[in-house]
Amino acid sequence: MNSYRKILISFFIVTLTISLSAIADDLIMRRTKASFPEAMNTLQTAITEEGFKVTRVQRVDVGLAASGYKTAEYRIVFFMKEKTVHDIVKRQPELIPFLPLKITIFAEGDETILVTLNPAKLNEFFPKIKMNKEFSEWENAVNRILDKVQSE
Amino acid sequence: MFRIIISAFFIVFSSVSYAAADGQRLYVQNCAACHGYNGDGGVGVPLSLPDFLATASDDYFFKTIRKGRPGRVMPAFKNLSNNEVDSIIHFIRTWSDNAPPNYSTQPVRGNAINGGKLFQAQCASCHGKSGKGGEGTGVTLSRPRNQPILAPALNNTGFLTSAPDEMIKRTLIKGRKGTPMVSFLDEGLSEKDIDDIVAYVRSFETQTTVSTNSKKGEPAVIIKESPYSLDETVDSLKNAVVSMNFRLIRVQNLDAGLTEKGKEDKKQVIIYSCNFNILDRALKIDPRVGLFLPCRVTVVQHDDKVLVMFANPLRMSELFNNSELDNMCTELKSVYEAMIDEALL
Repeated sequence: MNSYRKILISFFIVTLTISLSAIADDLIMRRTKASFPEAMNTLQTAITEEGFKVTRVQRVDVGLAASGYKTAEYRIVFFMKEKTVHDIVKRQPELIPFLPLKITIFAEGDETILVTLNPAKLNEFFPKIKMNKEFSEWENAVNRILDKVQSE
Repeated sequence: MFRIIISAFFIVFSSVSYAAADGQRLYVQNCAACHGYNGDGGVGVPLSLPDFLATASDDYFFKTIRKGRPGRVMPAFKNLSNNEVDSIIHFIRTWSDNAPPNYSTQPVRGNAINGGKLFQAQCASCHGKSGKGGEGTGVTLSRPRNQPILAPALNNTGFLTSAPDEMIKRTLIKGRKGTPMVSFLDEGLSEKDIDDIVAYVRSFETQTTVSTNSKKGEPAVIIKESPYSLDETVDSLKNAVVSMNFRLIRVQNLDAGLTEKGKEDKKQVIIYSCNFNILDRALKIDPRVGLFLPCRVTVVQHDDKVLVMFANPLRMSELFNNSELDNMCTELKSVYEAMIDEALL
């Protein structure tokens, strides 16, 4: 009976794990009814509130317009934690091209769309790197940040 | 302990089932980012057009959500339960008072050879000679478009699986107001002609090659060792960037903006650049490609080695389910490799 229970419990745990992990998407996307400037402001505040530092905002729209291309507002917000960057440089330098983390934000009419790579995808990109915990924390943080922007 | 685990299991799964009842919440969570809160479209096509809702069956929506459109941005939502998909469809139906159509699964009988001639004359200007659809992504108010909606890819396996012959026929007969799709009865075709076009569209099933978008064998990061010092490598790369017709945007240390100015770690250097022509093309294919931007090569001194690395565009492309973007990323990867080869000669 005990072995039967163990098998059943293992089955439930495995099923639960597979079911929940399958929910993760490669891209994390949100649409907000806020205008672009409002959403941009909320995004930077939300990033800071999660303990990250905004390192730079790339004004893609400005570069495009200067080169003669039509575009709506389009920016990329880079952010990270100093300690995390320095730790990763020492431990896993192959991750450097994916740092700092970034969120793309662009106007869609009167609304705004935000999109980012799901950090959990890095588990798949780098199967030999054992940083599931960190990637999962980043994923949760990014979701909280984008949820805040969407709910404002 | 055993009872607790069993109870927890059923609580979790019953809560998932409960969530399925909330179609609007599920729509906002899974669909609104692309299709808009009210189904007006954006990255994805508009769903709330009355003529579309009058033509699309629930089964068409169900299969579309389940199968997606391989290679055409719309992903396959495999994580949703059947109840959740039904709830989303139920919510979409609230945008129209009309009852959803039901179609026979019987094929429409027609002459595909004649249909092919008619297709090339009447349909190919929007849907392409091979039925591959309009280029780019969805419809958007933000970027210039020459049509209010991009013509769907009729040769897409997701479309062919989802749309029964009767639905295609009805669309050809009725047209869709608010889009360039006109009624071909009004345009002078007979019902037999339309049956022939349907038979031709259905014949795409035997012609279509499925884009598997499998880039799993590609590394996520391409790394090459430089024979030069870090500073020499950075200088060479800056020259190579310009010679490849990219504009040098900036050169910075990885921890710039994080660490106190002047105290950055000089052993990690990022070279950002952009070719605005390529960027403009990429944004028209999919506006979310900011995840790639700006183009970037990183130079790192690790132990005694100087490493040049870049995120492999082909692996990034797999995130987007877009065969047009796959082609562009293949091109971009070659550009990166040529840039680095020139710098490390």
